[in-house]
Amino acid sequence: MTTAPAERFALRLHKVSKAFGGVQALNKVNFEVRAGEIHCLAGENGCGKSTLIKVVTGVHQPETAELIELFGEKVDRINPVQARQMGVSVIWQDLALFPHMSVAENIAFDSLVGLTPRAVRSRDMMARSKAVLESLGVQLDLAAPLQDLQIAQRQVVAIARALMNDAKLIFMDEPTASLTQSETDRLLDIVRKLSANGVAIVFVSHRLAEVLDIAERVTVVRDGNLVGVYPTAGMTQAHLGELMTGQLIETEVTARDRSDAPTVFAAENLTRHGEFTDVSFQIRAGEVLGLTGLIGAGRTELAHVMMGMRQADGGQMRLNGASYRPSNIRKAIAQGMAYVSEDRLSLGLLQKQPIADNTVISVLRKLTTATGLISERRKAEMVRHWIRELGVKIGSPDDPISTLSGGNQQKVVLAKWLATDPKLLILDSPTVGVDVGARAGIFRIVRALADQGLAILLISDEVTEVMFNADRILHMADGRLVAEYDPRTVTVPELEEHIYA
Amino acid sequence: MTALTERLARLKNGPTSENLGLLVMLAVLVVGFAILSPRFLTAANLGSMGFQMPLLGLLTLAMLAPILSGGLNLAIVYTANVCGLTLAWTLMQFGGAEAGMAAFALGTVLALIVGALSGAVMGAVVAYVGAHPILVSLAMMIFLRGLGEFLTRGGDISGFPDYMRVLGHGSVVGIPVPLILFAVVALAWHVLLRRTPHGFSVYMTGSNQRAAQYAGLDAKRTLVLIYALSGVLCAIAGILMAARFNSVRVGHGEALLLITVLACFLGGIDPFGGHGRVVPVIIALVILQVLSSGLNLIGANQHLATAVWGLFLIAVMVLRSGRLEQMLSLIMRKDK
Repeated sequence: MTTAPAERFALRLHKVSKAFGGVQALNKVNFEVRAGEIHCLAGENGCGKSTLIKVVTGVHQPETAELIELFGEKVDRINPVQARQMGVSVIWQDLALFPHMSVAENIAFDSLVGLTPRAVRSRDMMARSKAVLESLGVQLDLAAPLQDLQIAQRQVVAIARALMNDAKLIFMDEPTASLTQSETDRLLDIVRKLSANGVAIVFVSHRLAEVLDIAERVTVVRDGNLVGVYPTAGMTQAHLGELMTGQLIETEVTARDRSDAPTVFAAENLTRHGEFTDVSFQIRAGEVLGLTGLIGAGRTELAHVMMGMRQADGGQMRLNGASYRPSNIRKAIAQGMAYVSEDRLSLGLLQKQPIADNTVISVLRKLTTATGLISERRKAEMVRHWIRELGVKIGSPDDPISTLSGGNQQKVVLAKWLATDPKLLILDSPTVGVDVGARAGIFRIVRALADQGLAILLISDEVTEVMFNADRILHMADGRLVAEYDPRTVTVPELEEHIYA
Repeated sequence: MTALTERLARLKNGPTSENLGLLVMLAVLVVGFAILSPRFLTAANLGSMGFQMPLLGLLTLAMLAPILSGGLNLAIVYTANVCGLTLAWTLMQFGGAEAGMAAFALGTVLALIVGALSGAVMGAVVAYVGAHPILVSLAMMIFLRGLGEFLTRGGDISGFPDYMRVLGHGSVVGIPVPLILFAVVALAWHVLLRRTPHGFSVYMTGSNQRAAQYAGLDAKRTLVLIYALSGVLCAIAGILMAARFNSVRVGHGEALLLITVLACFLGGIDPFGGHGRVVPVIIALVILQVLSSGLNLIGANQHLATAVWGLFLIAVMVLRSGRLEQMLSLIMRKDK
């Protein structure tokens, strides 16, 4: 780990600047990655991370750059083809794979395409794909169409595809955003294996725990400026968060005792075959109840039953003391339930529709006048109210919601549900794809809502998230509630050990 | 200052610009044809355009709503035919040309019911079975066509009461009655889609059905309702057809089916659902009518007009994509 003079670099960028219009996306940024190193690139959304990656891969040309060096070779201009030939690969968050093609075809894709027609040698392709997967220690059905694979497996296919191109420097953009903890652990193992084989990995992630776990060094970028390069040894999540956002991130247990408050929701021996069994718990007014556990533990399925999207096979639910058994989600909403889905992109919001419409979609009844028509004035007022209330940063309410950052989108999801005046709010992994600063903002809102008496069920597989934001923590495993913890008397490592053991 | 730039930006990107582009196109065509043919801007020509357009217009609106909901209704013309048959038979039962107004009213109500029913069945299959709207409406189209041809033995039914001529050929203060009918329906359609919770649900369902359901909208009911309403518009179109041609025949207006799709896309409707408005579609309809009448007046063949419609749509798509410059540069490079 000494800085020997013979130290080899996979990448060296010195004083790289790039502007888009009037916005300085990168301002004299230095970025160095050693050969075989696992390096993390950290920063909030819009800080310049993506621009930096695109400069290295030749998608963007920097305005000025003192030095661009790839694998010890100085280059004046990089273009995408050249970057790939030199061994630079990027695995974007959406993976850019082909769902209908087979695993082997996806892995061998770059050797299949080209301007000169040639026969595809299926056996050769299979053998090479298999070899690459074996080097990663992974077994996959090579003939299966990619769409049949889970996201974690597709991630592996994307890595294998990069290796097929002899990649020596791989950028991974939020590779774990849609993975569960155990899948993440497996992926991190693969990343370590790559690094041991001499492949440099640049890891972009919002999950700070992961960053500190995997990377040797971290480069922090904020608003297009380099904040600094730090070794991860001795770095805490809180400090890294501060470096990224420039503001203090609270990592304090906020739990309070709510045992005097009236019970809002109670489940008794709730069972749905094959998903969860004998689940009993209560949520009180003003309480944030954390529900954690590995994925597949039955958490989302439980939330779906609570929302009437699926029916329980046994047990009962009570809402405000009365028996509660919704037959569909509309009845659940009418009785005061709200559900922030874990899949904001395809289920939580209508991405192509305006911000305004996404805000009022669940409360159309409140906007109609005596004629049965929607009052444009009332709609605009309601949108304005919630945008201000939750501090959502928007251009025009008529813009598609997809133009907002993850954090602002999630605030609109919250606004949509708060407009329904709910009694119980279920948050299912509410910070997926939301950057650190915005996470803190969302949890400030959640805490304020609890203080106003709203009962909240916070489902998360990030231990720190329930630890710092919940009043009580329930641990679910294999469809059963196995333990309850008080954040004030348990520590993060203890909790992690219980859950991942 | 910022307010002004914001307004300008919205004008440039919003629906207003869509309208503006189409209106400019329309103006160019009108001026062009007026120069080429002195008869283009006469009352006679404008009147005949006013009689011709509403039929295509009603069918286009019937096509528009299912497209917004993320689907398609290929059965519109045959739904209109079968609804027209319903009216015709009712009139025949009460003496054909001698039938009274009450018989006409009854026939109209029955036609509307038949239209709504055939639409609702399609909507229900789309919503609850999850079958693709193209397949469902294609099946319904074949069913209605076969049924209609079976019942009429492939012939036509004609000889309606004289007062029906008013509906098809009459004018009120110089405005053709069919045009008035179309204007009323178009306004109702606009209000339904843009201002009612149901219309809101149509857009949301068309954009992402599951997300709409997660937000608490009844997407399935929305689909049934919008196809039923589409069927009602077909019925109105069928009645108008009967009045204009003084006869009903299965297959009347068959050629209009794809033109309605053309008009929708020309009017900026998103083929994948969720986006689009009534007003630009109406402007698009007027453009198509102007093209067809204008070409006719300068002596071009009716089939040529159809060909021009097709070319026109391709041109509009190229212009709309903003890729024209890129394509040109690509062509230039290839030349080298």
